[in-house]
Amino acid sequence: MIPAIVVFLYLAAVLYIGIFAFRRASGREKAEDYFLASRSLGPFVFLFSLFGTNMTAFAILGSSGHAFNNGIVTFGLMASSSGLVIPLTIFLIGTRVWALGKKYGFMTPVQMFRDRWECTHIGTVIFVVQAVLLVPYIIIGIMGGGTTLYTISNGLVPYWFGGAIVALVVMSYVFFGGMRGTAWVNTFQTVLFLCFGALALIVIGVGMGGFRNSAQAIQGSPLSWLLTRERISPYYFFSYTFIPLSAIAFPHILIFCLTAKKMSQFKKTVIFYPLCILAIWLPCVFLGVMANRVTDIPEIRAKQEARRVLATQGKNMAPEVRDELRDQSAGDDVIMLLLHRYAPLWLAGLLGAGIMAAVMASDSQILALSTMFTEDVFAFYGGKTRFGETVQVQTGRLFIILITLFAYAIALRAPETIFELAIQYAFSGFAALSPLLVAALFWKGSTKWGALAVTLWTVFAVVAVAVLQAIVPAPAPGPPTVVWAPGGVDVLSRTPGGTAVFGFMPVVPMVLISALLMIVVSLMTKKPAITTVARYFGDRD
Amino acid sequence: MKKILLVVAVVALYILHQDIWFWRSSRLVLGFIPVGLYYHGWFSVAASLLMWLLVTYAWPSHLEQEVEETDTREDEDR
Repeated sequence: MIPAIVVFLYLAAVLYIGIFAFRRASGREKAEDYFLASRSLGPFVFLFSLFGTNMTAFAILGSSGHAFNNGIVTFGLMASSSGLVIPLTIFLIGTRVWALGKKYGFMTPVQMFRDRWECTHIGTVIFVVQAVLLVPYIIIGIMGGGTTLYTISNGLVPYWFGGAIVALVVMSYVFFGGMRGTAWVNTFQTVLFLCFGALALIVIGVGMGGFRNSAQAIQGSPLSWLLTRERISPYYFFSYTFIPLSAIAFPHILIFCLTAKKMSQFKKTVIFYPLCILAIWLPCVFLGVMANRVTDIPEIRAKQEARRVLATQGKNMAPEVRDELRDQSAGDDVIMLLLHRYAPLWLAGLLGAGIMAAVMASDSQILALSTMFTEDVFAFYGGKTRFGETVQVQTGRLFIILITLFAYAIALRAPETIFELAIQYAFSGFAALSPLLVAALFWKGSTKWGALAVTLWTVFAVVAVAVLQAIVPAPAPGPPTVVWAPGGVDVLSRTPGGTAVFGFMPVVPMVLISALLMIVVSLMTKKPAITTVARYFGDRD
Repeated sequence: MKKILLVVAVVALYILHQDIWFWRSSRLVLGFIPVGLYYHGWFSVAASLLMWLLVTYAWPSHLEQEVEETDTREDEDR
């Protein structure tokens, strides 16, 4: 129970920071202050809150779980590729969006698109697609909170109650603190996790009798493939470098880029981003791999046994039995199990709080959805003019309550795996939307019809992949199931982990076709007025 | 020339991410870090250095100037 008490104290601290410590609103509230902290965040808060916003539960629990079953490849797939691509996109796109936001007062990406391409309802279509792709993150955040509290308290805090507490805490500080509260909470959480991640590595390492012995034991065992990438295709590995393109296309990340006080604050963020990723992901991946040497935790042995049965007998099993074994072998809780076994109770509580910090990253998504709704729908369709700015902020707050209640209600009823899958699709979906930003900021010839084509293609591709994966069951570990092979060329395959197109993950053709559609459709359609284009490119001619 | 070199550096680092030469090696560096993980750890450090080069030599300072000019104009209008 001690770890659960520590986590509750942590939640109280978060609530205090979010609601009281940085609440400035008094009298009439301005939308820009509530939703963007008056574009006034300093360099330290900007770096850590932007990084913290991008750190979902998956980064912590999922990375070690993925490494437990797939080995060191996890770091190259998800961390080092992000360490290059994400800061690069912040450098190229984030700075430009910040400057345009300052000049023209944009608060959401859709506001910029509407202005840049002189469109109205196409902007609304983009808003709807962004919102639909974002909602699963909020739901999975609440589910993660419920599961983590349940695990940390050894079942004393039921799932429904844990989820309700997390939803209430997040909703409260987003409701009262807006962007300022959210940014400070994210900063606090990121610092906490950076500190305790290193501590976890040391404590678990000492508990396991040193990593040297464990690593060498794995090297000399049949599990030595976990230290290599021999079971991963180079095409698959390459495909993953397209996934981090999604980061800058996420509305909550782009909206965060608008909160910096000065453009120079991007400098530290861009430089330190790869190091922050290194500091958090490397211990998680390493611990996930080393967990395979732990012999005195029955739950970990059960996972390994499920993995072994799946690999040796999976081909002859029914798809449902394979799915069940996959669930049993999933390693999302290995970090928690290692902490329970090797860390003292109070430290397990602190580290549990650190994990909660990552799980609660849904705060920025809730705020972003509220900002998008009030700016792109409420204000755009006349609500701000008719009712005023104070009502606009109140509408945003009401939206925060409604979206949190909706997410909690869904979290209680739906199985978690559905939303984990939805998030997988959402990453590819947002990556496929990234050409919108590149075209808007770097290509004078882009048009609203090109933007519509990209958006509709993204919807089609995400739905098509989801339907394919629902119809064709995942095969056992080993060769993929070929779905379409005209002329003997494997075009479309169902792999154990998803779908492959010419051996690549779907995100590769999705992004490339998006870019192609933007070019072709824009060349065929009418450009915005010269005066509009000049506002974006005129000064550079 | 400076910008071309930076673009080449970005492309080179992107290609270096695909380290096929360590693909099947389970060698341990310092006795406990798998070589593939060690390489990608240093890759992250290299990415940070590349970002420092970009920020130092290719910073879009014209955007800052544009914003400052707009702010000055708005202040004068008030």
